[in-house]
Amino acid sequence: MAELLKHPWHWSIAGILIGLIVPALLLIGNKHFGISSSLRHICAACLPARIPFFHYDWKREIWNFFFVGGILLGAILATVFLKNPAPIEVAPTLARDLAGYGVTHIDGLVPTDLFSFESLFTLRGFLLMVIGGFLVGFGTRYAGGCTSGHAIMGLSNLQWPSLVATISFMVGGFLMTNLLLPYILQL
Amino acid sequence: MVNSNTKKIPSAGPDTDFEVRSLDSMCINESELVHPWWYNFKYALVGLLFGVVFIKAEIVSWYRMQEMFRFESFHMYGVIGTAVMIGALSVFLIKKLKIRTIYGESVNFHGKSYNKGQIYGGLMFGFGWAMTGACPGPLFAQIGTGVMATGVPLLSAIAGTWVYGYFRERLPH
Repeated sequence: MAELLKHPWHWSIAGILIGLIVPALLLIGNKHFGISSSLRHICAACLPARIPFFHYDWKREIWNFFFVGGILLGAILATVFLKNPAPIEVAPTLARDLAGYGVTHIDGLVPTDLFSFESLFTLRGFLLMVIGGFLVGFGTRYAGGCTSGHAIMGLSNLQWPSLVATISFMVGGFLMTNLLLPYILQL
Repeated sequence: MVNSNTKKIPSAGPDTDFEVRSLDSMCINESELVHPWWYNFKYALVGLLFGVVFIKAEIVSWYRMQEMFRFESFHMYGVIGTAVMIGALSVFLIKKLKIRTIYGESVNFHGKSYNKGQIYGGLMFGFGWAMTGACPGPLFAQIGTGVMATGVPLLSAIAGTWVYGYFRERLPH
């Protein structure tokens, strides 16, 4: 059993479990599945300044901190106790293209050739980590939700604005990956 | 009660308040019940399961995101597609059978209304998603893989959210 759990899980298992988070949160406390709000609550709690957008009673939303705290803890536990002993599988065409950019150390879920404190001080690393993260945070709030709030919760509740957002997420991802990222990775 | 948080915002009148409720899930997660703080650990437990799935199904993998956007793997399409189907079926059943929460409350659903931010912000989100290989959930989970530098995108995302809040009223919605 433990061996089976250590292998990468099939998409259908993951999809079912993630889909079940929607009714789980609704039924244990009337909560709508969503993660990006936690970023707003962090701003509201730590540095609301004089910005009206961050002046609300964030303590009422504290469940969201417990939720993302659980995510972090679950990720640590899975990494420590359920680590996949086999090398990470990567599509051969992707591995070939990445090798062309000097990204060859495929030893975890995140390429350490790109994401490390050393590369933070290179233009490539700065763009990927600092600008990339900034766009995620700015964009998700501008769009009013992320992949969980819009793509999963919103679509599950048949909200067409969430479909607009989800399509925009995907179009942005396609454009970045196929048009811009090749130039960024060359840096 | 339901909208009490946003009503307190002094400058967020009907003209400047860009559909706060639909933009932000924070104000729609309102249960009428007040529980001791430690009841929140049940959400930590759900999050914990989510975190394990993130790692074991490699949803936090930068490579899986690249494969998705390069059409090299079905994996992520399968994950998101299945999750939406299960989620939609659950929401349908909860509405149809009027299933109540474990505390006996009826489940509240709130619609999202359209604004241009879903396109502009959505595109920006997509750019960042492809660069970092992480949407907000994985931003937290990637740190758990032991690559501490992934804390940088998380801090940047918090900064991005703050800057959005700062410029919000001047952005097209």
